Amino acid sequence: MKILVAVKRVVDYAVKIRVKPDKTGVDTQNVKMSMNPFCEIALEEALRIKEAGFAKEVVAVSIGPSQCVDTLRTGLAMGADRGIHVEASYSFLPLTIAKILKSLADVENPGLIFLGKQAIDDDCNQTGQMVAALLGWPQATFASKVVLDKDKQSATVDREVDEGLETLSVDLPAVITTDLRLNQPRYATLPNIMKAKSKPIKKMTLEDLKVDIKSDIEIVEVTEPPKRKSGVIVSSVDELIYKLKNEAHVV
Amino acid sequence: MACKVTEFGAVREVWAGFSLGHETCCSLRNRVDSTKTQRFVIGCQQENAAFPYPDTGVILTFQLSLLFLVVVELITNIFFGKRELDVSAGGRKRIMMMIRRWRRSGDFLRSACKSLTSLRQKHNSMSPSVSGFVNRYESKGKTFESNAWNDHNRELDHHSCVGGNLWMMQQYKSFGSSSSSASKLQRNPLFSSLEPRDVSFFNEILGGEKYVVQDEERLETANTDWMHKYKGSSKLMLLPKTTEEVSQILKYCDSRSLAVVPQGGNTGLVGGSVPVFDEVIINVGLMNKVLSFDEVSGVLVCEAGCILENLATFLDPKGFVMPLDLGAKGSCHIGGNVSTNAGGLRLIRYGSLHGTVLGLEAVTANGNVLDMLGTLRKDNTGYDLKHLFIGSEGSLGIVTKVSILTQPKMSSVNLAFIACKDFLSCQKLLVEAKRNLGEILSAFEFLDNNSMDLVLNHLDGVRNPVSSSENFYILIETTGSGETYDREKLEAFLLKSLEQGLVSDGVIAQDINQASSFWRIREGITEALQKAGAFYKYDLSLPVEEIYNIVNDLRGRLGDLANVMGYGHLGDGNLHLNISASEYNDKLLGLIEPYVYEWTSKHRGSISAEHGLGVMKANEIFYSKSPETVALMVSIKKLLDPKGILNPYKVLPHSFFSP
Repeated sequence: MKILVAVKRVVDYAVKIRVKPDKTGVDTQNVKMSMNPFCEIALEEALRIKEAGFAKEVVAVSIGPSQCVDTLRTGLAMGADRGIHVEASYSFLPLTIAKILKSLADVENPGLIFLGKQAIDDDCNQTGQMVAALLGWPQATFASKVVLDKDKQSATVDREVDEGLETLSVDLPAVITTDLRLNQPRYATLPNIMKAKSKPIKKMTLEDLKVDIKSDIEIVEVTEPPKRKSGVIVSSVDELIYKLKNEAHVV
Repeated sequence: MACKVTEFGAVREVWAGFSLGHETCCSLRNRVDSTKTQRFVIGCQQENAAFPYPDTGVILTFQLSLLFLVVVELITNIFFGKRELDVSAGGRKRIMMMIRRWRRSGDFLRSACKSLTSLRQKHNSMSPSVSGFVNRYESKGKTFESNAWNDHNRELDHHSCVGGNLWMMQQYKSFGSSSSSASKLQRNPLFSSLEPRDVSFFNEILGGEKYVVQDEERLETANTDWMHKYKGSSKLMLLPKTTEEVSQILKYCDSRSLAVVPQGGNTGLVGGSVPVFDEVIINVGLMNKVLSFDEVSGVLVCEAGCILENLATFLDPKGFVMPLDLGAKGSCHIGGNVSTNAGGLRLIRYGSLHGTVLGLEAVTANGNVLDMLGTLRKDNTGYDLKHLFIGSEGSLGIVTKVSILTQPKMSSVNLAFIACKDFLSCQKLLVEAKRNLGEILSAFEFLDNNSMDLVLNHLDGVRNPVSSSENFYILIETTGSGETYDREKLEAFLLKSLEQGLVSDGVIAQDINQASSFWRIREGITEALQKAGAFYKYDLSLPVEEIYNIVNDLRGRLGDLANVMGYGHLGDGNLHLNISASEYNDKLLGLIEPYVYEWTSKHRGSISAEHGLGVMKANEIFYSKSPETVALMVSIKKLLDPKGILNPYKVLPHSFFSP
């Protein structure tokens, strides 16, 4: 079985981001970029499944500009067998990504597709679900535990939902998106980094995949959230009631 | 003293006394003529020290004549008295007197020799400390050739100054209990005690009780240092808001002879930031404004009470970083950093504060405000006095403003965590790193296996990045402007080292989170030490090839008594030697000190690489600095602070200032 893992290159989680002065987006010049943390977890899970013997190959795929190759190299250093880089000049919205991943899945025929539950730059939480819908495959999102059954060709997944945990059984091939508590990603060790240098990264273009990238959504403006106003210390209960009544209008 | 003085015993005593005196003369001569080896070989590193000593010929004659007299007396006893020596009370007494006379002659001769600066140590009584341990300084490096005389001689040594050095220093150390470890210092009686009129004066100039703290709880924290090893008993803490207020406070304290302790973040590790007795604490924490920042030159001017981390946060959006970084960054003040010449993790890249501080404003003991707050990179007009204050640990003046050169922030930071089998590989790796990583190298730290175990056991959420347990771990950080280029450079360097066998395993951090977790391991060792119980902390500068030898030697020496750990800034040749035990123990302390200092001194190292002297090592300065240098330091201190009110009992040896 082959596992396809989609990884995204995003602004590093620990960086303090700023909005560009022209409000078209977040300033990504000279900021540290790295793999989306949820994608790391997804890749780690795929590697563990391969090491348990359920899969033969783990393929990492990334869609974006040429620097995505760095992210793919990280994935290879963690242990993925090969990488696919789909060249794209700007960052796409989830539906376009989902269409690209569907085309790739038609070509590669994986038994499982792993994604992070959401990217930390847009927080969309849509790509995994859209891929599953386009492919017609079952989906198990927010996975906090994945157990594979080879004979039955299915996976038992614990999902983290608002009320607690929900356990699903999905038949393979399926799409699984990973949540934080699934595992702790491994570090890229030097011997693996050395091996990664010889692993292939295939470059593909959008024409190869015959994907329509026209988007129905246009980002109009990106602004910072309003600054938190400092609180006011009231001097008496009467003043509090006055403020609640006349200023906050909640009483 | 042996009760039964046999004939042989007496002769032995006499011979020991003679050889003692003889060797004193000879070692004196050795200063100039070091070719002769004596019975006791004393290696002196101050070979060129020239100081007056009485003519050796005179001494020898004197000693010889005394010896002759003693021998004559002995012979008369033997031949004309009983066969044995007269060991009756009277006879014993006479022999004792003879020997005492002999010793006194030696002492007399030594006291006749004038010391170089007439700042002679007082000949205090040799009462040992609580730990039963009496330490005295002799010339650096000492080897006893003859073993037969060793044990005996040690007893004699206690009563005389062995070796060519004419100072006799004693320390009293008692880390007896962890809660209060006051040294056996005496409070200087020349300092006044706090009186109500002082408090009302401070109230007046500082503007209220908010800035004049007498609250027990707050004073408790201010009186105790970060490690909870040193505790003072100050009754008053002042919080000035401006330099003018600091000046007025100091002027008053100087006139009233009130001792003061300048305090910043109170994160010092040698007890330099807390009072020893009842000194008034002057905490500059309220002076925490950034005064100006030039985005072109990167010069930051701020008040001394600014917390380092806050300054870094202020600079971050502007695209600059502070030139120093240390584990205490969340609490330490820049004024304190400057006063102690803090080193930290990035010294290897940005250099020391002596280079990056462009100017400062300080207030001296008499309230004089010295405005040396230049912002110029180059200014060769006169003597550069700010360097006196940098590293003076608050003993020459209180720093109130700092002007520091910040560095542009570089986006590409890479961190690698590496495991090495032995220390030789670590050294070779350092050499290779400096050559191959060159301009992008920004940190090179090491820690040993014991430190790693300690951190893994006592801190939460920490895991060993390297899968196997190795003897040494190294952190290499690179900071540069080209992400891909730096990454490739680091990877190429590490892979080559892996092939060469210098490195047995390693990981490279893939994002900032992983990088922070690696740093957490290195920066968390101090925290883990606190949690593990009692610890003794030493900060030594040694040649890189020697750094780990002291750890091994001390391990052999202490055996099962304690856990010895070594970690530190390998790139700067700075070892943080820590000994962790379940509780404080004077016997353990006796085994550690002065062995550590002597070892360091022997290898021409520094007994305090970056932590400073504080109160912990105030009397040990001679292990690393020559007497002439220290004498000049004392003169400067007395010039700038004649009454000695600024941070007394610290930095310089106590005996220079006791009344």
